[in-house]
Amino acid sequence: MIETPVGSFTSEELMLSGHNACPGCGAALVVRYLVKEVGQKALIVIPASCWSIISGVVPLRCLETTVLHCPFPAAAAVGAGLKKGLYALGDKKTQVIVLAGDGGTFDIGLQGLSGAAERNEDILFICYDNEAYMNTGMQKSSATPYGSLSTTTPAPRIKSNPKKDILKIIASHRIPYAATATIAFPEDMGYKFRRAMEIEGFRFLHILTPCPQGWGSPVEKTVELSRSAVLTGIFPLLEVENGRSYTLNYVPDNFIPVQEYLKPQKRFSFLKEEDLQVVENEIASTWEELLLQAERNKAASES
Amino acid sequence: MEHKLLNGNQAAALAVKLARVQIVCAYPITPQTSLVENIAEMWSRGQFPGEYVSVESEYSALSYLIGAGYAGARTFTATSCQGLAYMHELLHWSAGARLPMVMVNVNRTMGAPWSLETDQLDSLSQRDTGWMQFYCADVQEIIDTVLFAFCLVEEAKIPCMVSYDGFILSHTYEAVKLPTQEQVDAFLPLPPGEPLVAPSRPETIQPVCDWKVMSRAVQSRHREMSALFPFIREMGKRFQQIFERPFSPLEAVDLHEAETVIVAAGAVSQTVKSVLPFLNQNGSRKGLLRLFLFRPLPQQEIAGMLSAAGIKKVVVIDRNLSSGTGGIFAQELRALLQKSSFGGRVYELNLAGGVDLTKEMLARGLAKIENGADAGEEEIIWGVDL
Ligand SMILES: Cc1ncc(C[n+]2csc(CCOP(=O)(O)OP(=O)(O)O)c2C)c(N)n1
Ligand SMILES: [Mg+2]
Repeated sequence: MIETPVGSFTSEELMLSGHNACPGCGAALVVRYLVKEVGQKALIVIPASCWSIISGVVPLRCLETTVLHCPFPAAAAVGAGLKKGLYALGDKKTQVIVLAGDGGTFDIGLQGLSGAAERNEDILFICYDNEAYMNTGMQKSSATPYGSLSTTTPAPRIKSNPKKDILKIIASHRIPYAATATIAFPEDMGYKFRRAMEIEGFRFLHILTPCPQGWGSPVEKTVELSRSAVLTGIFPLLEVENGRSYTLNYVPDNFIPVQEYLKPQKRFSFLKEEDLQVVENEIASTWEELLLQAERNKAASES
Repeated sequence: MEHKLLNGNQAAALAVKLARVQIVCAYPITPQTSLVENIAEMWSRGQFPGEYVSVESEYSALSYLIGAGYAGARTFTATSCQGLAYMHELLHWSAGARLPMVMVNVNRTMGAPWSLETDQLDSLSQRDTGWMQFYCADVQEIIDTVLFAFCLVEEAKIPCMVSYDGFILSHTYEAVKLPTQEQVDAFLPLPPGEPLVAPSRPETIQPVCDWKVMSRAVQSRHREMSALFPFIREMGKRFQQIFERPFSPLEAVDLHEAETVIVAAGAVSQTVKSVLPFLNQNGSRKGLLRLFLFRPLPQQEIAGMLSAAGIKKVVVIDRNLSSGTGGIFAQELRALLQKSSFGGRVYELNLAGGVDLTKEMLARGLAKIENGADAGEEEIIWGVDL
C-alpha cells in the first residue's frame, strides 16, 4: 500500500522500559523507533515538552544516547549551535537531532526554527505532533485541529481555526528535505529517518503522534488512530525536496469516512454534523492541491 | 604592543579576535551594532579565526551559544538593552548549565519610550541571572576585560557579561595599547577543544530534578561565584605581568584621607576621577571607589574600605533606577555596609535615563548633600534637576 522502501528496525532497544510516558503515548513510540534507526550517532536536543518528562527524572534516564534539555523556544538554535560547535572543533560526524512538540515547533519555537531553516543549519528537526500542549495538560496550540476541545478552547467555544500547515511553511524555506510520517507506518517512518540522516543541511520531519490522555481516546487505539489519520486523508504522508519537489507516499483511491478517525476521540465530541462537512472540505482541497503539485513535479521531471 | 586609536566597539571586536573565539553569534542593536559589524567584516575577509553566525534574534543568539558551549567551543555574543532583555530566559539557563561564555552588553536605556542614551538598567535587570558582571570605565579596559573574562569563565564555569556605556564608550575613540597575539596566548590558553557531550557517552543534560538537586545546584553556584574574588585578584596580577598594566577588580582613588567617598561604575567613574582635584581644591576630602566587578560583588573588600575611620558619607552615582526604591548600586552598598562598622550615611545621585554628568553638576549635587539635602523627603539627588 505504501510505496516506500521497506526497512527493518534492529531488535536492540536504546529506549529502555520504565520511561515516564503515559500508556499509549505516540510520542514515546516515535523516539523508540528513532533511536533504533539512529543508534548512538546523534545528540538529541529536547525543549520543554512531554519528552522533557519522558526522558527521565534525575537520576533516571530512559535513552541510551545523549539528550540535552533546553528552554521551550530555544531548541532549533541550541541544536544548530551544537552542530556548528562540533564542526568548529573538527567533529564533522556527530549528528544533531532536535525533538520538539507541536508547541515547540508551530508556536513558540517557530521563529528559531524558521531562522535555522533559512540558514540551512545542518540538523534534523523532528516535530512530534500531539496537537496540543500536553506537558501542561492539553491546551490549544496552532497544531490543534478545527473542532477540537482543549482546556483553553473549552466547549462550546471549541477551536474554530484550521491547523497551521507547518510542513508547507518549513518546506518553503527551500530546505533540502521535509517529510511527514506517523507511527502506524513504521517502515515509512524509518525510511524517512534514514533519508533525513543521509542528507546534509536542514531537514524537517513532522510526525503525528496520538495522545490518549489529551485526545480522550482508548490507550490501545493509538496506532489505529495514527493509521486512520492517513486513511481518511487528514494526515497525508509526503516528502518535499528543496521546497518544490513533492512526493506523495500514499495516494488512496478512496478515503475512509472521517468519522472513523474523529469518533473515538472525546476531543471532537462537540463537532456537529455541519462541522464534519468543514473537515471533509478541508481534506478535499488539501488533496486537490497536493495532487496537482505532484502532477506538476512529475511532468517537470519527464520533460 | 601596538598603540591604536579605537572606539569601544572596535576594541571589543579586536579582543574577541585575539581571544581566538570559535563561535560568535549575535544580533544587531544600537549602540552595539558596529561591534558585530566589525567581527562580520573580519570574518568575511578571512581575518577572523572563528565562525561568525548571524541569527534572527538575540534569543537565538544566546541559544546558539548554549549549543556551541556544549560542543566545547569558546563562544561570544554582544547585545544591548532590548536585546539583552530578550535573552533573559537563556541568561538564567546558561548560568545554570555552567557554560563558560562571554558577552558584551553596551549599556542603553530600556524602552518605553525609545531612547538611545546610556543607562545601566539593562544589565542590572539581569543582575540575578547568575552571570558575572563587569562595568568598564574606558576603551582600554574593554579590551582588557574581554580578554580577562574568557580566562575567568573557563576557570569558573560561570558566564560573564562585560558592560560599557553606550556611545560614551562604544563610539568614542581613545588611544589604547592593543596586546599582541603572543601576549594573549600567554595569558589565555588555547580553547580547550573537547566536547562536553558525546552520543556514545549516554547522559541526560539538565533533566528534570527534585528540590534537593536544585537546591544544591543553586547553593554551589552562589558559593563558587562568591569565592572567586581572591582568584580574580591573582589573575589580575598575572594579567599585569603579561600586559604590563594593572587589572584590579576594585579601584580606589584618594580613599585614605577621604571624608566623602563617591561610588560609581562605568564611564562616569572616569569623570569623577578626573574632577576629584577640582572637587577637593578648597580642602574638602573626597575619594572615589569604582565598582568594576559587580558580580560577584566584593562585599568584604568594599565594606573594609568604606569602614575606614574618617569616612562619613558615601555618595553612590547610579546610572539606573529601580522604580519604587532607587538606584540599584546604592541599594547594594547599603545592604553590604549593614554588615560593616561604617557609621555614616549613603546618599544617591541618580543619572537614570541618560543624564550626562558634568563637573559643575557633580559639584552642585555634592553641595546639596553637604547642605543637608537628606533633611528633605526625597533622598535621591536627581541628575536631571542639577
Ligand atoms: C517560555 C515558556 N512558556 C511556557 C512554558 C510551559 N510549557 C512547558 S511545556 C509546554 C507545552 C509543550 O507543548 P508541545 O510543544 O506541544 O509538547 P508536548 O507537551 O505536547 O509534548 C508549555 C506551555 C515553558 N516551559 N516555557
Ligand atoms: Mg504537543
